[in-house]
Amino acid sequence: MAEIQIKNVAKRFGEYQALSDINLTIADQEFMVLLGASGCGKTTLLRIIAGLETQSTGEVWIGDKRVDHLPPKDRGIAMVFQNYAVFPHLTVFENIGFGLRMQKLPNDEVTRRVQRTAELMHIEQLLKRYSGELSGGQRQRVAVARALAMEPDVILMDEPLSNLDALLRLEMRAELKGVLAESKTTAIYVTHDQVEAMSLADRISVMHQGRIVQAATPVEVYRNPAERFVAGFIGNPPMNFVTARPEGKGRWNVAGQSFDGPASDAGALEFAIRPEDLTPAEAGLRATAKVVEPLGAHLLVTCEVDGALFRAVLDSDLVVKPEDSLTLAPMPDRVRWFDPETTKAVAV
Amino acid sequence: MTAVTTDTAGDTRRAGRYVYLASVTLLCAWVLVPLYFLLINTLSSPEAVNAFPKSFIPEFDLGSLTFFANFAGMLSALKNSILVAGVTMILSITISAPAGYALSRFDFPGKELFRLLILLTRAFPLPLLALPLAVMFIRTGLDDTVLGLALVHTTLAIPFAVLITFSLFSGIPVELEEAAWTLGCTRLTAFTKVVLPLILPGITASAIFAFVISWNEVFAAAVLTIENRTLTAFLLQNLDTSPLHLKFAGGFILVVPALIFIFAVRKYLFAMWGIANR
Amino acid sequence: MSTRYLPYILILPVTIFLCVFFLYPFVLVAQQAFWSDTGFTLDNFRKVVGHWKFPISLKNTLLLAAAVVPIQLALALLMATMVNNMGRGRDLVLYVWTIPLGISDLAAGIIWLAIFDQSGFLNSMMSGLGLIDRPMNLLSYQSPGLVFLAIMLAEIWRATAIMLVILVAGIGLIPKEYYEAAEVFGASPWKRFTRITLPLLRPSLSTALVLRVILAFEVFAVVQALGGTLFPVLMGETYNYQFELLNGRSAAAVALIILAISIAATLVILRVLRVPKGATI
Repeated sequence: MAEIQIKNVAKRFGEYQALSDINLTIADQEFMVLLGASGCGKTTLLRIIAGLETQSTGEVWIGDKRVDHLPPKDRGIAMVFQNYAVFPHLTVFENIGFGLRMQKLPNDEVTRRVQRTAELMHIEQLLKRYSGELSGGQRQRVAVARALAMEPDVILMDEPLSNLDALLRLEMRAELKGVLAESKTTAIYVTHDQVEAMSLADRISVMHQGRIVQAATPVEVYRNPAERFVAGFIGNPPMNFVTARPEGKGRWNVAGQSFDGPASDAGALEFAIRPEDLTPAEAGLRATAKVVEPLGAHLLVTCEVDGALFRAVLDSDLVVKPEDSLTLAPMPDRVRWFDPETTKAVAV
Repeated sequence: MTAVTTDTAGDTRRAGRYVYLASVTLLCAWVLVPLYFLLINTLSSPEAVNAFPKSFIPEFDLGSLTFFANFAGMLSALKNSILVAGVTMILSITISAPAGYALSRFDFPGKELFRLLILLTRAFPLPLLALPLAVMFIRTGLDDTVLGLALVHTTLAIPFAVLITFSLFSGIPVELEEAAWTLGCTRLTAFTKVVLPLILPGITASAIFAFVISWNEVFAAAVLTIENRTLTAFLLQNLDTSPLHLKFAGGFILVVPALIFIFAVRKYLFAMWGIANR
Repeated sequence: MSTRYLPYILILPVTIFLCVFFLYPFVLVAQQAFWSDTGFTLDNFRKVVGHWKFPISLKNTLLLAAAVVPIQLALALLMATMVNNMGRGRDLVLYVWTIPLGISDLAAGIIWLAIFDQSGFLNSMMSGLGLIDRPMNLLSYQSPGLVFLAIMLAEIWRATAIMLVILVAGIGLIPKEYYEAAEVFGASPWKRFTRITLPLLRPSLSTALVLRVILAFEVFAVVQALGGTLFPVLMGETYNYQFELLNGRSAAAVALIILAISIAATLVILRVLRVPKGATI
């Protein structure tokens, strides 16, 4: 029962503009991921929603209640912290039950809910232990259980998996997705890891320099980046860009080749294509291979097109050596165009 | 050939090891032997203390200590010392801990100025201020009282207490507090339920530190008390006139809390200074 | 809203306290020293500096600090490095070495009196070894060198611990990797000490030195217990002016002179041991 609305939120730290004019609506039970590089303002936004930071201007609504001047405890939220913040002086049981005790719930209710969430997170055998006796992964489970036990309207997570090793991260990611879907809470999840974002999110908000540059489903963000920044940020390796010169109405010259493009009268556009949407062919972009990296599943070739850096993900059976000449054909429906002035995507 | 060289290398290392152990032992003795001498004198009869040559083993006679206990004004001086140190301990922690917390948790305009004030206090020959305070206290009726002296000693202890509590609070991750807020705590309950239990041993250590600062202080105590002398002031005043065994017994009583103090706070001593340095 | 004022509310008690019991009396001291009934004057300073005891007190105080502090620094550094490499027994040794930290200067004076007194342990030892026939009065005006030595030893014994604690804490903050890197590059233990420990220890060294030097200029009770009037020092003069001569203005003037020396020394130490911005650990 909790939709979140963020209206015109901005945050300044002295001279530094950490967030500017954030508008975002997160639907009830939606899993929203805030994705961006460090310093983009994603954590600040999360902390403003939590009430750990106060916005300079703007409003935050949770459900039909305006919460932006309420302390964290009155916002109906629960939070999972990057370094877990499991209280070292309390047992796992008392950690999970901490919030329930603050609500002055009767003892048997606390026990029941702690037991249930502990089972959900598979830590029921650890309830008597202290934080110092737990592994990183176990602490992470305690932190999530502690938040879930509150049965909050909204659960906020600040890079909760970033301190785990790769394998554990994969395991927790899947588990977290299942548990949260079942709990039917609205979730906001901050991460700099795009794979994590893709795998977890109903929608991703890509943030850059204190602004949300695109908020859309993972597939949409990947396929149709709204800005050049998103195109260059999402995807590993990210999109390739080559400057395109106008050749006449709707025709553009890209590295000596003619392509159909937007009917724009801009002096130049940027032609963009994902590395995996390229195939070697008779006709296409002429490239010179520079570095060849066999990655098992496929071959990553870093090459030069028209003096620009250009990557192609090719079939691993292909034999390519540095300084080889390649002709790479882009899949026509995967080509995207960006205006170098506005950095916005230009529709065909 | 190789066997010989490794052997000499081993010898050098063993010799180095002996020099090292010998130096450690010597330095321990350097600290402990003078204390042992004081112990001998304290546990000897007044006659033995003034006799010559001295025995190097205590005779376990409580004569000197009894004399000390019966010396006019001595017990009340001891009582005053404990009272002043106790009040100093409570005052300096209750006043300083909030400031230490503010320094560790907030960035606010004027923070640097405040830190400067604290550092200035630490770098200042504070006992000198006892002189004008004596005048001020006479005007306010605080002269020659336990509270008056405790106030001065608190000023002495504040820079240490602020810096120590600052470093203690800095050792508690702010996320723990934030987690408590999101789990239904106010600032105050988060402090009492999360920060306080974690910080209590450290606070105790810095309280003991404040106690000892006051317990040991001589100059201000001598300047500010006349009738209600503390032990240090009393001993100082009577240095010229009092017999040796009285001095030694008094010195011994002064030293005992120090031994307990260092033992009680030994775990915190280095951590406290580690951050307080910066 | 409340978080904006909270830090100020939290530092208010200390600020008020320091204003009343530190800044205000400080102003009073200055006032007493610089003002007479007729207004601003340097008479008080002229009077105390012109007194025959002043040069001796000043010389004694400075000489004592100059003799004691370098030895303490060397000793504290030695002890700190020794402790740093220690495995078993570290806690016990550290405890023993830090005991004097809690001992007052008065008690330290009395402890060393037990050794240097006419019927003390030094005389007993010497007579036991057959070096002397009867106890000598070691702390008399006939042997100013011995009085100085006794005070020096007592000061070194008592106040090395505070430096030790600060330096041990400081060394603990230096990451082990730096030493390992230096070792890989072939630096000897001595080179590692002079090229890594010492430079990285500068903040701790300056804290330790500032604190120690200021306390050295305030030396009082140790001297009083061991030397009495044989070895006048500045702090003792303040005490005498206040109590024996009941002259508050002169006491304040001497107090300010001590303060000036302390500030000068502090500035020199901070300047010499400053760490360039960005070169901190």
